[in-house]
Amino acid sequence: MENFNYHRPATTTAAAALMKKGKDAKYMAGGHTLLPTMKQGLAAPTDIIDLTAIKNFSGIKVSKTSVSIKAGTTHMEVATSKEIKKAIPALAEMAGKIGGVHVRHKGTIGGSVANADPAADYPSACLGLGATIETNKRKIEADKFFTGMFATALKDGEIITAVHFPIPKKSAHQKFPNPASRYALTGVFVSQDAKGKVRVGVTGAAATAFRATDIEAALSKDFSAKSATSVKIASKSLMTDMHATAAYRANLISVLAGRAVAAAK
Amino acid sequence: MSVVKMKINGKAVSGEVEPRTLLVEFIREHQGLTGTHVGCDTSQCGACVVHVDGKAIKSCTTLAVACEGATVTTVEGLAKGIELHPMQAAFKEHHGLQCGFCTPGMIMSAIDIVKRNGKNVSEEVIRRELSGNICRCTGYHNIVKAVQAGAANM
Ligand SMILES: Cc1cc2nc3c(=O)[nH]c(=O)nc-3n(C[C@H](O)[C@H](O)[C@H](O)COP(=O)(O)OP(=O)(O)OC[C@H]3O[C@@H](n4cnc5c(N)ncnc54)[C@H](O)[C@@H]3O)c2cc1C
Ligand code: FES
Ligand code: FES
Repeated sequence: MENFNYHRPATTTAAAALMKKGKDAKYMAGGHTLLPTMKQGLAAPTDIIDLTAIKNFSGIKVSKTSVSIKAGTTHMEVATSKEIKKAIPALAEMAGKIGGVHVRHKGTIGGSVANADPAADYPSACLGLGATIETNKRKIEADKFFTGMFATALKDGEIITAVHFPIPKKSAHQKFPNPASRYALTGVFVSQDAKGKVRVGVTGAAATAFRATDIEAALSKDFSAKSATSVKIASKSLMTDMHATAAYRANLISVLAGRAVAAAK
Repeated sequence: MSVVKMKINGKAVSGEVEPRTLLVEFIREHQGLTGTHVGCDTSQCGACVVHVDGKAIKSCTTLAVACEGATVTTVEGLAKGIELHPMQAAFKEHHGLQCGFCTPGMIMSAIDIVKRNGKNVSEEVIRRELSGNICRCTGYHNIVKAVQAGAANM
């Protein structure tokens, strides 16, 4: 791993200023994507700006209508939050399926969303629940946030400060984990709000997380497992790699959506 | 280079480190505590697990500088003199190891599992929560038995 300058600012303003000053600076939260990437020589930032000492950077707030999770909140904190388990049980369950215990003790929601790994779990929840991503500059709808493989709507130096999830009537998450890495080979997050609007967020299947609009349309008419599984997903834009073909992933999307609908609460 | 201070196994320690020095390097090379192992380069095997501020984490994926002021426990910090920690004793009793390479990480993870799930933690939870620790010898059955027995005695 190449050397770098290490900074630990106490405010987002100071962090953003350091980012402007650094030649090729990177923010770090849990470090559970950044450090493995650096160890493999795939990244060699000149400066690391550790966000974890920023005041009020982590925490969970649940209101009648939404769950707000600050960027530095770990997967373990989300998975074990009594309030989230009550408001959006599927969200806590999903966080509890990320990696192993040690990854959940360090990895953060902000890091996961900013990184936009095509196989990461949070992007499916953001799309499946219609979340809003808040930064030090603005608020961005999840639908406009994930723009490509490891690509997001974040501008240079922009810091995610929180993610806000509206509380649905019911929701569920289903994941086919890659047995080696635990990342999603394909994962599906389904929700239905009080007005009956359905959202289906999919991760692990394409270059970026996306909404399965065909399944959403079918479920809007008939919210049943059969209705989801009867939708045939086109495999054209999906991913083929050493783990699975695009056709296999396409099938998984309908199957997992069906299981999610059956489990939704 | 900068000086980092932390508490390891109850003892205040400090040392000069580069920003890129990993916690596991600080523990093994600077402090000479070689019970904590390094088994991979990809943050997947769990041989390096230690407790930082009471939580099981992978010390190969943590910067030493970021642990300024932290309280760290490694496998060397478990026994009281020659009396093994109940979890260590259970691994011995139940043949929870063969080559022993994964064992320090397994034991540190196991204690963390019991802390969060209680003495009566189920086999299912143990298996699920050991997913971040890889053993290439035992086939896991005896590790799971050891964790259950160790949990009961903790
Ligand atoms: C063995 C292993 C298994 C894993 N399994 C899974 C899995 O099953 N599912 C899954 O979803 N993930 C998995 N992960 C990834 C894990 O969840 C990461 O922790 C997470 O993706 C990144 O979060 P972090 O806080 O560690 O981010 P970091 O590694 O600290 O940062 C990642 C990137 O995001 C940027 N960043 C971080 N925080 C912010 C912020 N607030 N604002 C703007 N940019 C920011 C950084 O600059 C960096 O580019 C796994 C990781 C490992 C090591
Ligand atoms: S050495 Fe393999 S996970 Fe840390
Ligand atoms: S005992 Fe050899 S790796 Fe586990």
